[in-house]
Amino acid sequence: MHQAALLGGLIRDAGHYGWEVAQPVPHDWRKMAEAVQNHVKSLNWGHRVQLQDRKVKYFNIKASFVNEHTVCGVAKGGKETLLSADHIVIATGGRPRYPTHIEGALEYGITSDDIFWLKDSPGKTLVVGASYVALECAGFLTGIGLDTTVMVRSIPLRGFDQQMSSLVMEHMATHGTRFLRSCTPSHVGRLPDGQLQVTWKDHTSGKGDTGTFDTILWAIGRAPETKSLNLEKAGVKTSPNSQKILVDSREATSMPHIYAIGDVAEGRPELTPTAIMAGKLLAQRLFGGSSDLMDYDNVPTTVFTPLEYGCVGLSEEEAVARHGQEHVEVYHAYYKPLEFTVAERDASQCYIKMVCLREPPQLVLGLHFLGPNAGEVTQGFALGIKCGASYVQVMQTVGIHPTCSEEVVRLRISKRSGLDPTVTGC
Amino acid sequence: MSSPPGRRARLPSHGSGRSSEAREALRRRLQGLIDGNRVMIFSKSYCPHSSRVKELFSSLGVECNILELDQVDDGTKVQEMLSEITNQKTVPNIFVNKVHVGGCDRTFQAHQSGLLQKLLQEDAAHDYDLIVIGGGSGGLACAKEAAILGKKVMVLDFVVPSPQGTSWGLGGTCVNVGCIPKKLMHQAALLGQALHDSRKFGWEYNKQVKHNWETMTEAIQNYIGSLNWGYKLSLREKAVAYVNSYGKFVEHHKIKATDKKGQESCYTAAKFVIATGERPRYLGIQGDKEYCITSDDLFSLPYCPGKTLVVGASYIALECAGFLAGLGLDVTVMVRSILLRGFDQEMAEKVGSYMEQHGVKFLRKFVPVMIQQLEKGLPGKLKVLAKSTEGPEAVEEVYNTVLLAVGRDSCTRKIGLENIGVKINEKNGKIPVNDTEQTNVPYVYAIGDVLEGKPELTPVAIQAGKLLARRLFGTSLEKVYHTLFWPLEWTIAGRDNNTCYAKIICNKSDHDRVIGFHILGPNAGEITQGFAAAMKCGLTKQLLNDTIGIHPTCGEVFTTLETTKSSGLDITQKGC
Repeated sequence: MHQAALLGGLIRDAGHYGWEVAQPVPHDWRKMAEAVQNHVKSLNWGHRVQLQDRKVKYFNIKASFVNEHTVCGVAKGGKETLLSADHIVIATGGRPRYPTHIEGALEYGITSDDIFWLKDSPGKTLVVGASYVALECAGFLTGIGLDTTVMVRSIPLRGFDQQMSSLVMEHMATHGTRFLRSCTPSHVGRLPDGQLQVTWKDHTSGKGDTGTFDTILWAIGRAPETKSLNLEKAGVKTSPNSQKILVDSREATSMPHIYAIGDVAEGRPELTPTAIMAGKLLAQRLFGGSSDLMDYDNVPTTVFTPLEYGCVGLSEEEAVARHGQEHVEVYHAYYKPLEFTVAERDASQCYIKMVCLREPPQLVLGLHFLGPNAGEVTQGFALGIKCGASYVQVMQTVGIHPTCSEEVVRLRISKRSGLDPTVTGC
Repeated sequence: MSSPPGRRARLPSHGSGRSSEAREALRRRLQGLIDGNRVMIFSKSYCPHSSRVKELFSSLGVECNILELDQVDDGTKVQEMLSEITNQKTVPNIFVNKVHVGGCDRTFQAHQSGLLQKLLQEDAAHDYDLIVIGGGSGGLACAKEAAILGKKVMVLDFVVPSPQGTSWGLGGTCVNVGCIPKKLMHQAALLGQALHDSRKFGWEYNKQVKHNWETMTEAIQNYIGSLNWGYKLSLREKAVAYVNSYGKFVEHHKIKATDKKGQESCYTAAKFVIATGERPRYLGIQGDKEYCITSDDLFSLPYCPGKTLVVGASYIALECAGFLAGLGLDVTVMVRSILLRGFDQEMAEKVGSYMEQHGVKFLRKFVPVMIQQLEKGLPGKLKVLAKSTEGPEAVEEVYNTVLLAVGRDSCTRKIGLENIGVKINEKNGKIPVNDTEQTNVPYVYAIGDVLEGKPELTPVAIQAGKLLARRLFGTSLEKVYHTLFWPLEWTIAGRDNNTCYAKIICNKSDHDRVIGFHILGPNAGEITQGFAAAMKCGLTKQLLNDTIGIHPTCGEVFTTLETTKSSGLDITQKGC
């Protein structure tokens, strides 16, 4: 859906590049939803075929522990099945959280579980939350032409580099998304015409306010699927704070033959590729004679907001906290993608920063890239960081011209110098 | 050993009378030689010391005037007169910019200490420290960097119009007729594809979308124009002289610059960088220059090229064919043998297949033999006759435009390189250089696409240009102060003077911070200890200077260090 939104922008650009399209071009939610949903269904099918091919038995049942080696599964119709095993892997993930303390939240609001499956356009939408889920959804809703508002309680993208996060938000705010900062909702009700009315408190002014929307999307966090598992029957311990399952470096829980991977495990990045890799390595350790552990350090990721944010390694704050300001050097640059020039696009938030140790050869601790195709740009540099790249090596790398990515190896201005970090020409 | 770049002067012999008039005349004549030449060497052709000195200047690429005293009639008299002038009886006797340097040993010493370079630099004859020929990616990067390092720099840039009459502004190939417009037209084509995709993602518009070539080209040319302007401004800001003229070497250290109107000016410089790049090659068949276009013309073509034949299989050919097809044009690519020579062939074939699947026609193993114009127009109609490289088969087809992309030739044949002896590869015109981008003529360097055996890429040229400027003109970041000293306790004891030695190394880029401390002498440990603590506290040369010395000690010598190594000045102690 992010791609659908990006295409809207590209259609606008196309006019500048000579394509004669009558602007503005309207968007049909149904057509997009159908195409996306069909694709997802084909992936569901693909998974089932793969399991079959590998002779993995697939049960469509909801499982919970009876004891440490036995699991009871309940099918849709109610039929129960008992299964026992030597090893058990819990990979139940998480589900979006509802703010059940807010009246009407459950009844009238939807979450990311629903948004991708709506048959009709969500219309004028209020997204509550400031996680990447919230910002990504708000981003593509705005991009396909919907009136979108984001209600943020405190800071955007908690856990991410805050300078980058505020640039991400700034871009969205200057490109059609409305933000309600320091606000928390208190009540959701339905109006006679079917629209939803939301009441909230603005903590800056101290006043209350209301608004009407067609859809409310809760994106305030995800809760691990552990409650219904009856973990205590198996002796598997969870974190009292997060309810996630406690694991060690081998993904083992408090019961040595029971493992947990992915979003349900405590202290892990909630990312698909890490879960996939952890799962594979676990299988190899259990049955393949391997002793390789999953390395959770320097995992790259990208936030697919309208202006994408790719990062790997430490945020500037984390680096400073670990090493001290004196020992950290940050190189940065504001740049303009070539494709934006003819398209007359605003590149104010296109920004890169590289966080390094100050001592020569200046080991790279983290890389942060805000711009188009951020995921594509970041991936290669993640390998560099895994190999222990230093700033000196970065400087010695010849750029590929003309790309946005080359701006990473052209970083020369440090924050400390106070010089203007805007890239000028070749 | 080849003879050094020098001219051998012959003094006309005068009468053998030792009259004072004759001696005065000789003195005047010698002084004239000393004053009138950057380097004047009084030598003897059989003298090995003289040969060494001549070789030294030759290796520095410095022109010398040499007078072989054994080959002139009054050589003895000259030698005597020199002895009067300089107090030196022997040859070789060397003068640099009117300064008497000395004999062979002194000259080599001066070279070691950097003094010789200093003397050679003080030369009003050169207009510039550096002249860069070619204002493209490499040339501009080098010029700007040299200017930042405080040098007087000139950039010559001139675009000889293409056979179709196309020309452009400052910035070279990348900005005007290469990377930049290519990527933008590629983007235009990609947007066409995105438009197509977008329907599946719910975007609704019914009509088959048409592309307007003029809208795109105008937008791209406007952007390029802003870059040209930006470069001019950037050069002005760094006080680099920019001349829109065609540069050609006429003699050592001198170029002639001819502008659009044919007006000529001459400029001299201590060093030159050739960054003239390349231009598209033509086929040498009937009709090619008259009717075909190249990448030089495509990006500013004021009309849509229409049905196009692209001749070639380089990345330039495929990229152009690719975006032209993406914009909706009927495109055929004529390939003599393989695609993307030099690249992984499996990948090259995949690139070709993809293009073919997406509407680009390929005529593999054909070469054009004749191009005829059927109709004039914008575009017109051209008939192309092509022959197979494998048999008698011939094809004939009509196109609106024929775009040649069969390679690029270095711009090195018409810049007077033969006048100064810069060697080029005769086959391809490229310039072979050593690891430091130096040509066979020591004061002439080359960077960018003209180089033999180096990648033809913008960022490579830029990096090479910057690094070259830094090597040529960047000074070391370290300053070394040093002195010999005679401990008081050694004086009466009669121990040798000028054996004890002290030096500090300072970081110029950090307030002359002392980063190295060395002493050779008695009680070195006792002396060094305190300075070590000082260095840990961030000792600078200034702080040292501000520190009062304890007298009489050896350690106090560090508080009065004045002489830098680079000055080459004498540090021997005379007495107390």
